[in-house]
Amino acid sequence: MKILVCISNVPDTTTKITFSSDNKEFNKAGVQYIINPYDELALTKALELNEAAGGGTVTAIHVGQADAEPNLRKALAVGADDAVRIDAAPIDGFFVASEIAHYAKDKGFDLILCGRESIDYNGGMVAGMLGELLDWPSVNVITSISINGGEAHLERDIDGGREVLTAKLPFVGSCQKELTEPRIPNMRGIMMARSKPLQVLPVAANTAHTQVATYAAPAPKAGCKFLEPTQVEELVHLLHTEAKVI
Amino acid sequence: MRTDRFQHPDHYLMDELLTEEHKLIRDTVRAWVKKELSPIIEDYAQRAEFPKHIIRGLGEIGAFGPSLPAEYGCGGMDQISYGIIMQELERCDSGIRSTASVQGSLVMYPIYKYGSEEQRRKYLPKLASGEMMGCFGLTEPDHGSNPGGMTTNFKDMGDHYLLNGAKMWISNAPFADIAVVWAKNEAGKIHGLIVERGMEGFTTPETHNKWSLRASATGELVFDNVKVPKENLLPNISGLKGPMGCLDSARYGIAWGAIGAAMDCYDSALNYAKERVQFDKPIAAFQLTQKKLAEMLTEITKAQLLTWRLGVLKNEDRASTPQISMAKRNNVEMALHVAREARQIHGGMGITGEYPIMRHMMNLESVVTYEGTHDIHLLITGMDITGMPAFR
Ligand SMILES: Cc1cc2nc3c(=O)[nH]c(=O)nc-3n(C[C@H](O)[C@H](O)[C@H](O)COP(=O)(O)OP(=O)(O)OC[C@H]3O[C@@H](n4cnc5c(N)ncnc54)[C@H](O)[C@@H]3O)c2cc1C
Repeated sequence: MKILVCISNVPDTTTKITFSSDNKEFNKAGVQYIINPYDELALTKALELNEAAGGGTVTAIHVGQADAEPNLRKALAVGADDAVRIDAAPIDGFFVASEIAHYAKDKGFDLILCGRESIDYNGGMVAGMLGELLDWPSVNVITSISINGGEAHLERDIDGGREVLTAKLPFVGSCQKELTEPRIPNMRGIMMARSKPLQVLPVAANTAHTQVATYAAPAPKAGCKFLEPTQVEELVHLLHTEAKVI
Repeated sequence: MRTDRFQHPDHYLMDELLTEEHKLIRDTVRAWVKKELSPIIEDYAQRAEFPKHIIRGLGEIGAFGPSLPAEYGCGGMDQISYGIIMQELERCDSGIRSTASVQGSLVMYPIYKYGSEEQRRKYLPKLASGEMMGCFGLTEPDHGSNPGGMTTNFKDMGDHYLLNGAKMWISNAPFADIAVVWAKNEAGKIHGLIVERGMEGFTTPETHNKWSLRASATGELVFDNVKVPKENLLPNISGLKGPMGCLDSARYGIAWGAIGAAMDCYDSALNYAKERVQFDKPIAAFQLTQKKLAEMLTEITKAQLLTWRLGVLKNEDRASTPQISMAKRNNVEMALHVAREARQIHGGMGITGEYPIMRHMMNLESVVTYEGTHDIHLLITGMDITGMPAFR
């Protein structure tokens, strides 16, 4: 199969988040970037599907700037055959989805996989928008995929349960944790990644629908107060006057 | 053991001196270590057992001879990549790093450097993947710091060599498939021989009751009239410079590795100090704890810079034996000191297997002794400065 995997470049989970320019910009200085963990699942699953099918290609695509290239190189080391970077600062989910759709529309992909959301902005929009823009089925939060002929058998998380469904290829799927274990590159992969193609393409559609007005950090966590089991009145009082939840 | 949340300290923005590929290798090995090794290492060390099942994984991440050429199934990476891999492994455990050091620098390196083309093709790809494991026999019961005095010897019997003698303290010996053995010929010249498990008269009894490198297997090599085929002699070297060339490569890896052990102790101590409350304050808020942490970080940072520079010299094939000696000696001593300070910060918890400190500290007692003792390295520097050898 010919599979496209969407790769987002996100701050490492331990990053201390700060903002600059009147809280309009996220401060990138000194921040370590990683491949979005859900996208790693998408990449690994794409490789597994092709291994099971006995062949195919995996292309990793990223909409973003040059500083993301080490992570695209990592995707190549994990096993993608080639990588594409659409050279633009990703503004919102629609911007990213339209760039990817524009790239993918005439390339004959059987499948596009992405993460259920990126762990920085947690938008979770790209898969749905991609499906709409390409006029393909789009299935969110997939926990299992198997493909037989032109049809995929999928399982996905729903509130309090699991949904089993089928979809005709080509389709867009967003990946959830249980789908697979992310693959760690090996030495051979790192060596081979050196010479795999990483293509940089200019921005095409260039359409964003939103703009960030400001960011705000969450209020610092207040300290814990311990009460004795007998202090019920005090508890009610505090919930009312301090926590203001009752 | 607790979840491994290690993050390396980088006070002088050393990462900027590394290439993207170096960082990818580091992240890869670290991720592998956190997934495969950290959860099991304490248990294996407590049981004094080498986790054999990780050998293939070590091969896959490139821990065996990563800087030897790709045509022999190796990584073709630079020397800094090799150092980084050793650092990440030793960050988890010096014993695992020892296994990799021995395989890469003491078995594969001499076969590559001093071996024939047939020997390279026969052994290197299997050693790189971990399908075959090797050990290195230099030290003898009566010849440690003075390997030139060795008595293990071989005689030319026309169609084969006859090997006799014994080696001691040999890492990987109990399970190795081959041994690179240094022995004297009838003229008293040192040569390297590849001895294979299964050759008659060759045994490898295990050394038990170690308090150090417990997750690494150590043993003896005993040669009782072992017939070694002539094609198993390493043809392109004779004299003590053979084993010494290998040791340069391994010591270079140890210099990187020891920083890993130090960083792990520091990281654990810093986190513990921020969480542990005494006298109503995190102990990190007390001046004496801060002194320990600040000095640890200072020493780690100095070692990082020293070792990175050594890596650049090694890449340019300009790193001298005394330069490597200085880094090995400095970094292992530094790591031991950091481990001892970190152990104090952990209080009583520091002596338990809940934290890696005591294991690192005990491991480092071997590391400060093998591959040239702390004092011998000092004497190598002394000889380099004065031109006068003080060890003989
Ligand atoms: C766990 C472990 C694994 C090992 N793995 C291997 C291996 O794989 N292959 C291998 O060949 N060897 C291996 N070794 C052996 C190691 O290299 C030797 O232990 C080391 O070289 C020291 O030799 P020794 O133990 O005989 O000590 P000695 O040489 O007897 O030294 C004892 C003390 O005397 C000091 N000393 C000796 N000579 C002088 C001098 N001239 N001036 C001042 N001080 C001196 C030393 O510094 C040391 O403090 C290993 C050792 C250990 C502990």
